[in-house]
Amino acid sequence: MEGIFGNLAIGFIEVFKLQAITMGGVTMTLPFNIIMCLIGCLLGTLIGVLPGIGPVATIAMLLPVTFNLSPIGALIMLAGIYYGAQYGGSTTAILINIPGESSSVVTCLDGYQMARQGRAGPALATAAIASFFAGCVSTLVIALFAPPLAEVALKFGPAEYTSLMVLGLVAATVLAHGSLIKAIAMVILGLLLGLVGTDVNSGVLRFAFGISELADGIGFVTVAMGMFGICEIIANLEQKEHREVFTSSVGKLMPSKEDWKRMVAPILRGTVLGSALGILPGGGALLASFASYTVEKKVSKYSHEFGTGAIEGVAGPESANNAGAQTSFIPLLTLGIPSNAVMALMIGAMMIQGIAPGPQVMTERPQLFWGMIASMWVGNLMLVILNLPLIGMWIKLLTVPYRYLYPSILLFMAIGVFSISNQPFDCFLMALFGLFGYVCVKLGCEPAPLILGFILGPLMEENLRRAMLLSRGDPWVFISPSKPISMGFIIASVVLLAIVALPSLRKKREEVFVEET
Amino acid sequence: MKIKSQQDWWAGLMFIAFGVFFIVFALGTPEFINNIVGTKLIGGYQLGSSVRMGPAYFPVVLGGMLAILGALVLLDSIVEKGPDVAKFHFRPVLFLGLSSLAFAYLLKPLGLVLASVALVFISAYGGHEFKWKEVAIMSVALVIVSVLVFVKALSLPFPICPDFIEICPIR
Repeated sequence: MEGIFGNLAIGFIEVFKLQAITMGGVTMTLPFNIIMCLIGCLLGTLIGVLPGIGPVATIAMLLPVTFNLSPIGALIMLAGIYYGAQYGGSTTAILINIPGESSSVVTCLDGYQMARQGRAGPALATAAIASFFAGCVSTLVIALFAPPLAEVALKFGPAEYTSLMVLGLVAATVLAHGSLIKAIAMVILGLLLGLVGTDVNSGVLRFAFGISELADGIGFVTVAMGMFGICEIIANLEQKEHREVFTSSVGKLMPSKEDWKRMVAPILRGTVLGSALGILPGGGALLASFASYTVEKKVSKYSHEFGTGAIEGVAGPESANNAGAQTSFIPLLTLGIPSNAVMALMIGAMMIQGIAPGPQVMTERPQLFWGMIASMWVGNLMLVILNLPLIGMWIKLLTVPYRYLYPSILLFMAIGVFSISNQPFDCFLMALFGLFGYVCVKLGCEPAPLILGFILGPLMEENLRRAMLLSRGDPWVFISPSKPISMGFIIASVVLLAIVALPSLRKKREEVFVEET
Repeated sequence: MKIKSQQDWWAGLMFIAFGVFFIVFALGTPEFINNIVGTKLIGGYQLGSSVRMGPAYFPVVLGGMLAILGALVLLDSIVEKGPDVAKFHFRPVLFLGLSSLAFAYLLKPLGLVLASVALVFISAYGGHEFKWKEVAIMSVALVIVSVLVFVKALSLPFPICPDFIEICPIR
């Protein structure tokens, strides 16, 4: 226990540290990391509030910008965007019945009903309080669970890593929407696209077709921006916009005594559930909020009120999605394995900064590791401060028409992509992947599994090759009793696939995801 | 045979096509095609063995898996009823694609200011409403922001003005 507080202290010192920064020719001494955290939270809330742009596209957009930042500052800002978006998303869900973020889909159900009854204020306050509480607890969870997990992971060999990646990818597909086969196919396609470029082992240029820009592989920022950013814009332009905002009826924010009483238990349950589901590979904010809503509906004595403005339906999922968003950093920080598309981008951000993600990060760069964790707590505090008093400002933003927004988003994406290598080719690829992503969506294939496969492709090939070399070509090495951890991962993946393939559960899974769309 | 799910039908075909594509480019064209054409069409990479995998090994395995999964999806499309392919909206696709290409290929010769204006105008044209005045104001605002943020503050190495203008008025 003492070790943890010592470690958190390292983190807080790092977050509040003063640094000399040179920007635009002027050198200033500033608490740089805390400023990055604030920028991240503000941006996160902003894109969370605005429907039509998600954290994946935003983080992808900002990755090239982070080239010039210090590693810790960059990661703190990007993390802030992710959990900030969870806060912001609920505002849109409650006020205009459109989820600003996919993870706040369930908040629409009861939050919007509360707003229609003139209780938008308490609904917004409940969402903020629930998120804040969950954010604090899950920060502690990360601090508690990450070190032992990283210690175990340090002992992993190539066989264990390969199996772990298999498990991660399987879990990600199981939790994707729609058809399981299509999701797996998208993962494999992602793995294949990740192999484009120079093969590390032999130096052979693969699938480059004489295009010199492809020698280093397809930039995953490019893929992410195309398949999420461009694709989202196109999807939004399909329908004419119509928004109805309950601006006049926000009223007083403070929840009543009765509200306080009713929200405590759901927040506690949501936090526990969200923290647990966030750690699982493939988990994260989205799954956590759905699970929490289902649980609350089952256990609450007000279950008849669900769907008509029950405060439990806001408090539970809102705490769960924030807890899930934060604990999904655990597999990233300890194993170097992303559990969702945002985490895949965080891996990219670490690699841009020359940090190999994995269990060694914690021991080799304690400042970075603990600084990031401490920043999450600080960020959560900022978000409550940002969200409650500034709610009027965020609501105003909702009235900005989409036709002003998307050219700006597109411009920033194009600038970001262009700056990766200062070549027009990347922008061309981005447009191509935008088109491809749009086709995929039309064919009912989710882009998220592809991104995960894409980022893991080269890693998986390398570990697979090494494992096979060490075992002299014996494929049973992954499930031999001499490697119990690897065997466990493979068995878990098989069980997971088997469970989902069972007819009864398949139907259930479809039902769960139908509600979402 | 009747296709019961258009969506799955096309998705299956897409996956098979990608799978075959990666296998062929990893292994090279098969012998009999080479014989017909007279030369080796596609070179391919070394396959290696399971102990020492060559650069082609992993892509071939994955490509095979992808093609098989694609076949399963295809099979599913004639067995189980599924949704049709939703309407494809070409206008936004076309204009968004064009605008990012215009930006990319105009940036170096014409500079950030004009490239940004081109992007904003073309992409705005892909939307539902296009008002000259609005778009003009928007592009001016965006140019100012992007020059200040990206070139001045983040010092990205972008030219601001066209390269045929000797002295750039924006410093």
